[in-house]
Order: sequence, then structure tokens, then C-alpha cells
Amino acid sequence: MPAGQPLQFYSEPLPDVDSADLQGKLIVIEGPDAVGRSTQIARLRAWLEQQGHAVLDTGMARSALAGKGIKQAKEGNTFGRLTMTLFYATDFADRLENEIIPALRAGFVVLTDRYIFSLMARAIARGADRAWIEKVAGFGLRPHAVYYLRADVKDLISRVVIGRGGFDYWESGMDVGFGADRYESFVRYQGRLIRALDGMAKKYGFVVINASRGPDQIFRDLQRHIARLFRTPAERRRAGAAPLSRERRSP
Amino acid sequence: MSYFAPNRHRGKLIIVEGIDGSGKSTQLSLLSQWIRSQGVAVAFSEWNSSPLVRKTTRRGKKKEMFTVTTFSLIHATDFADRLERSILPMLKAGAVVCADRYAYTAFARDVVRGVSRRWVRNLYQFAVRPNLAFYFRVPLEVALGRILGGRNAIKYYEAGMDLGLSRNVEESFRLFQGRILEEYEAMAPEMGFHVIDATGSIEEQQRQMRKIVMEEIGEHLRTTVLRSQEGATHASRAAAPVL
Repeated sequence: MPAGQPLQFYSEPLPDVDSADLQGKLIVIEGPDAVGRSTQIARLRAWLEQQGHAVLDTGMARSALAGKGIKQAKEGNTFGRLTMTLFYATDFADRLENEIIPALRAGFVVLTDRYIFSLMARAIARGADRAWIEKVAGFGLRPHAVYYLRADVKDLISRVVIGRGGFDYWESGMDVGFGADRYESFVRYQGRLIRALDGMAKKYGFVVINASRGPDQIFRDLQRHIARLFRTPAERRRAGAAPLSRERRSP
Repeated sequence: MSYFAPNRHRGKLIIVEGIDGSGKSTQLSLLSQWIRSQGVAVAFSEWNSSPLVRKTTRRGKKKEMFTVTTFSLIHATDFADRLERSILPMLKAGAVVCADRYAYTAFARDVVRGVSRRWVRNLYQFAVRPNLAFYFRVPLEVALGRILGGRNAIKYYEAGMDLGLSRNVEESFRLFQGRILEEYEAMAPEMGFHVIDATGSIEEQQRQMRKIVMEEIGEHLRTTVLRSQEGATHASRAAAPVL
């Protein structure tokens, strides 16, 4: 999104929000489980603050309204697919209205660990209708940039096994049971999530970052892209026509 | 009626709608007892009653944390949980499911609160289409007389206080219910409601409902749905060794 243009909602403007008031930057880090999103967000936050930006970071299931409820529902192991999708949508709406939008009004850089794309990908991976969930999530704001940390399932497996020592019930999609055990289910479920995210990349203008590499290389890529978002119009002109093109999204 | 997925299951779904004080719950309770008395398996589901979501809803209401969007989404979550946990399994098993309020409640209330018609109708697209939907039509003053006479306190969200229609709870409730009534009336033809005149006597309304049930799904009640005889047969077999 070119500088100076106000943020817009995808399809359903939220009541009582004037998007012209939103002065900050909304930056989304997307990607499957265990791809290294939170590591990158911690580093980006420190780097952006170093440069004098105020940063809010937020992520799924952290809302004041629904965070606790989602946690408890997960403990119960009786979370239906639609119920889960809508509970996460509630959580997202609460964070959007009560954290993200106020922070953008105040001129913060909002770094969000996943956004409506993971919400939609999880629903789609569990068999939900794509058009339905896209419309449900239509009250989301179009971010200034979406960085999609792209990796293959085999990369995720080594990170889970070496880094975490086991497969998480939910990250393996065991609620649906995509395979005989957690390993098999993880492989199929994460494969579905990656395909769902890949399918959104063009439509939603993701900047795809190769996340099969080490964290330092990923961080340098992210820094390079994000630095461009903060260029003033004069700096853009000096830099020439090329740099903007990768941040522009299709309508 | 183009909303929702058709009910392809053995059981049947009957729902009631109407503003607060229209008498729909009383009528549904009488109807479900009558169906049960004919040996049919009956299950019941009430709006905003999912145990999974209850704490979140309660916290949100107590602390007045809801916006129109989160209010709408938490009710859809509640509905999805009841659908996945109880309504669908019961329909598959062959029961007659009686629901006190359905997605139409959200179509009326949430729109009055300020979410778009299009968005909330899409939100509930996953619901099962009822076999019978009764709408209890009642003038606002009649319904208000029943409510305001009977209960001691109207709650904040019930009165639509979050909309800032009036600082007086009773006045806010009146305005809010009036707008909901307009939404119901506007959707009634589109949704294929069976309209019951809720100013009539309780007995007369019940007679009408039973007549419509017999005309519309009477054959299914006799033949396809789960009947207690099936259960009774199993039970007597199971009990046999003891005797």
C-alpha cells in the first residue's frame, strides 16, 4: 500500500471506525506452526524500537475477551471445527477493535503474529467453505504488508522434533485426526495449512519469505522489506521506481 | 428459503422466533411435550446456552466489553457449539430437535445493533435449515406489558443499552425491541416463517401449531423419526436377563 493512503477494510467496514484516523503501520507475519514467527517478531520489535518506533505486538488467542475461553476449550478436547473457527474470529475481532485499531490511531507500528489468513487457513484445512470464511473475516483491515514465512512440512518437522521435542495436539490437527498418530496427522494438517496459505498469497499480496533458511537470513530479508515501508515519499522518489512494486497488492 | 444447508438427516428441526414476551418459549414447551407424548424422541436447544462459551459471554457482559461485532461473533460461536455438539448429532440420531430461537434471532438483533445484514446472514450460513419455523407475531405494547409486568430487572444488553438509544433502561428496551420487531417483520416472508398470532389465547396458538406440525411433518413423525418404541425394545431386551 502506497504511503499516505488510509488503511481499508476488506469487505465489511467496522462500525465507528474512520480509517483516515489510522496513522500507524499494520504489519503481519504469517506462516505455519513452528516456522519461527515469534522469534522474528521479537527481533523485529527490538529493531523497530531501536529506530524510534512504538511497537505493539499481538497474536492469536491473546484477546482480553476470548483468550481464556479458547484456552479452556482447547483443554477440553471437545472443540468443534466451526466452533473453533468462530471462537478465533471473536478473539481476532476483539483484538482488532480494542488493541490494533487504537494502536494504529496512536501511530504505533502493529506487528501481528498471524492475522485473518491463518484463521481462514485453519478453517479451510478443516473443511470449511472458503467463500464463507472469507466473508466472515471481511471486517479485517488490509495491512500495509503481509510477510509470509514459507517453509515445507519437512522443515517444520525438524524444528518441532529438535526444538520442541514433540508434536502438539492442536498443531497436529488431532481434533480432526488427519492421520493415525501425531506425526502423520501433523504432516497432513500442516501440508493443508501451507497449501491454503499458498493459495492466498497472490490474492492478498503476500510477500513470500523463504523460511527454510536460518533465522539470520530471514531477519535480514524482513528488515530490508520493512525498511522500505518507512521511506518518506522523497526517499521513494530518490530510490526510483523499482522498490515499491513488491509491496503492492492486487485489489 | 435459500438460507442454510437443507436438513438431510432423519430427525426434524422445529424452531420458534419472536421478540421477548411473544410467548414463544411457552408454546414450544407445550409443543415438545405433545410430540414426546406420541412416543417421539425430542431434544431441546436454547439460544445462548453453550457451556463452552458461557464464561466468555458472562465476562464480556459483566465488564461491558462487547462491541457489536464481538457480540455477534460470540453468539455465532455459541450457536456453532450447540449445532456441532448437540443439534446435528440429535438430528442424525433421528430426534425431533426443538430450538428456542435460531439464527434469525441474530439476523434481527445484530442488525439492529449495527452489523450488516449481508455479513450476519453469511455468518450463519453453516446452520441447518429448519423443517418448521414459527414466528410469534405480537404488537410491541402487548409484549412489553408481559415483560415489564413480570420481571424485576432488565439487563444491560437485553435492553440494548450498549446502543445508547436512551439512558432509561425501560425506554431503551422499548426502542430496542421495537426495532427488532421491524427486522422480524421484514424477514418473515423471505424466511418462510409460519406466522402465529401471539395475541390469541395460549390454547388457540397451540392448536394452530399442532395443526401445522401434522400437516407439514406428521408423516415423518409417524414413520421416519426416532420413536421411543425402538428404545423401549432395546431397553426391555437389555433388562431381560435380570428378570
